[in-house]
Amino acid sequence: MARIVLASNLNPFAGGTTELTLEVDDVYRLFQALAARFPALEPHLEHEVAVAIDGEIYQDVLFQPIGPDSEVILIQKIAGG
Amino acid sequence: MSTTVKYVERDLKVVGTRPLRPDGVDKVTGRARYGADYNLPGQLVGLVLRSPHAHARIKSIDVTAAEKLPGVKAVVTRDDFPDMPVEYAAAGELTINFRDVTRNMMAREKVLYDGHPVAAVAATSESIARKALKLMKVEYEVLGHVIDVRDAMKADAPVLHEDQFTVGVEPKPTKPSNVAKRLVFGCGDIEAGFKKADLVIEREFNTKPVHQGYIEPQACLANYTEDGQVELWTASQGHFTLRAQCAKVLAIEVSKIRVIPTELGGGFGGKNNIYNEPLAIALSRKSNRPVKMVMTRGEVFRATGPTSGAQVKVKMGCTKDGRIVAGEAELNYQAGAFAGSSVPMASMCTFTRYDLENVRVVGHDITVNRPKVAAYRAPGAPIAVFAVETIIDEMAEKLGLDPIDMRLKNAAKEGTQTYYGPKLGAIGYIDTLKKAKEHPHLTAPLGPNQGRGIATGFWFNIGNETSTTLNVNEDGTVTLMIGTIDVAGGSRAAFAQMVAEELGIPYDKVRPVVGDTSALGFNFVTAGSRGTFATGMAAVICARQAIDKLRERAAAAWKVPVDGVIWENGFAKPASSNVGDFEPMSIAQIAKTAGRTGGTIAGHAEINAQGAGPGFGTHIVDVEVDRQTGAVKILRYTVIQDTGKAIHPAYVEGQFQGGAVQGIGWALNEEYIYNKDGRLENPGFLDYRVPVASDVPMIDTVIVEVPNPNHPYGVRGIGEVPIIPPMAAIANAIYDAVGIRMQEQPMSPPKILKALETAAKH
Repeated sequence: MARIVLASNLNPFAGGTTELTLEVDDVYRLFQALAARFPALEPHLEHEVAVAIDGEIYQDVLFQPIGPDSEVILIQKIAGG
Repeated sequence: MSTTVKYVERDLKVVGTRPLRPDGVDKVTGRARYGADYNLPGQLVGLVLRSPHAHARIKSIDVTAAEKLPGVKAVVTRDDFPDMPVEYAAAGELTINFRDVTRNMMAREKVLYDGHPVAAVAATSESIARKALKLMKVEYEVLGHVIDVRDAMKADAPVLHEDQFTVGVEPKPTKPSNVAKRLVFGCGDIEAGFKKADLVIEREFNTKPVHQGYIEPQACLANYTEDGQVELWTASQGHFTLRAQCAKVLAIEVSKIRVIPTELGGGFGGKNNIYNEPLAIALSRKSNRPVKMVMTRGEVFRATGPTSGAQVKVKMGCTKDGRIVAGEAELNYQAGAFAGSSVPMASMCTFTRYDLENVRVVGHDITVNRPKVAAYRAPGAPIAVFAVETIIDEMAEKLGLDPIDMRLKNAAKEGTQTYYGPKLGAIGYIDTLKKAKEHPHLTAPLGPNQGRGIATGFWFNIGNETSTTLNVNEDGTVTLMIGTIDVAGGSRAAFAQMVAEELGIPYDKVRPVVGDTSALGFNFVTAGSRGTFATGMAAVICARQAIDKLRERAAAAWKVPVDGVIWENGFAKPASSNVGDFEPMSIAQIAKTAGRTGGTIAGHAEINAQGAGPGFGTHIVDVEVDRQTGAVKILRYTVIQDTGKAIHPAYVEGQFQGGAVQGIGWALNEEYIYNKDGRLENPGFLDYRVPVASDVPMIDTVIVEVPNPNHPYGVRGIGEVPIIPPMAAIANAIYDAVGIRMQEQPMSPPKILKALETAAKH
């Protein structure tokens, strides 16, 4: 099961949850599972969230694989000028 | 799936050199064509009627008299655009909400700032268009307005959006508020951290919104034809995202809009979003004529995005030996008329140069009666960093530590856990600090009223969606079609260098061209310092595909397995003597017969580039303060930054210098001045003072190269970081010169004089 960590800015949308484990094999399924568990988080997942999988940051990569022992940190999506 | 091409160290022939940029001759001779340089036969002039009020309800709009004026061919108002539901999309700085976008381009229920568009006209001449604007009658119910972010947070402040309830607060508020969002980032135990501190410093800083200050005002030319096809020439940072936004707000299919990018006279984050473009298309649709719209400088200031002004409160604690044990910040950022400031990213940048155990950052995104903010180089970061780097300077002074040593003691490095989530990868922050320490600037003598300041900056950098095509022409030259705008930084040269390096051919045999939206797959905007990283990666993929095909053709000619052919210095060669004795074939030789050996040799990359390496920089500045006038003169300035790899060092240096100069202007002079009615009083470069060449010395630069492992040449984005440290570095230098700690921007002569007078009284 992958270890999922919600960065502190996302906690309010997940009832204060900071960490959980999920059986998901890619980002798409991760987002689906999180949306099902935390409906308030769903609107933020598509456009506001990036993921750091085992230390590497990914944005807009729904099919990026997540390993069974991966650590996935949900963070604020990054942009710039 | 994402794409990352890993870094491999190797000897380089073209990458790292300084050839002339492909667009250079056109630019220095004045031949380069920018947005306003395009014209079509029969085109009309489009102008916008703008709100004179900071906040008012629109009771009625009557354009009948304007429509009847001879020479007027079309008028559009809110009724000509579909209302949009809440729907988010990425557009440079975070996300945009189309419900807000459609209201920003043309007011619907209310006007929310001085300059908010209310109607637009297309006429056969500018004078007729201006007369038509005067004939339009708009009835307003003027409402109370709020300009300052601190006022906007008060309970009795006029509320811009009755349907805006603060997100991120539990339980959900029952009263609407100008605070659109509250975010909290952090790690550790902030209270426990402060208990360990021997020294705690708490300060409040206030900054004004500043404009990106691009030289070229927004300009576009739209042609809507009877068959529903649209051509749009416009200067932007991302023609694909502009196409997407126009298609959405006009309810036109994406494939029917072709956006042809022009040369760009600066953007810096301010040209990621639509302003006049949908109005021009709608006017063209209504008039059956091409419509050209060029903003005046006044319109640019009144209606296009500045960056946020902000109130920033920072509290930091450290031990006697200079170890920072707690960092706490509250960032209150103006979003302008619609939610969506850079406060999320600013919150993540506030302390991310340091390896801290206990951090808490609370950010608020706040609507006020000003134009909607847009991205501006490292959106939001310079403001928060102004506060933190000033406090670190004060801590170092109070503890008797060298300011660079204090930073080195706390510096982030590979493996540092950030308070916003991930661990940092390979970074060069410490390298920039060490280079600063060795730099002769640091020991140069200073005179009376002169001082030296240090500050540092961090930016994440991004990759994202990128499409590129490479064609080997029949004479062996190469055309590289890219879809990221060269925002005048010279990225076309860098792409050509990387392709030339891969193919083993001279730089001038590669012609990079920015393709229009019909020529390539989607490309995200040139923002977030992604251009050279992401398109560079795509170009390398294209070149490597082409090399594989060149090897295949040589292998077929020699009747050997393709594995028996290598590509070296622009030639296909037998991999070893075992393959056979063949004369190497040049790219020109293979290309000459390509049409008869399988067709054009090309490479394509449609990727979502990931693995952008963060950037870090350290700045040193010397200033002289005139105690009589309060004027601050920049005597010497040095930028030291990790670039990963400088593909074209001269253009990297240009980015360093440009960012520093923009930061100097932000620090010393720039601010919007609104009167009591909420009208902007300085919408022009005479009264809004950006630095000119005579205001600054030659900016010295030091390129540090710690390769990004996730790019074939080790590239990191470089455009954002150089604007982050200047405000804090200059504030620290002013303190060193005359002993006053500036906590308000701009640090303009009246404010310096006031601070000097206050200090003299104590």
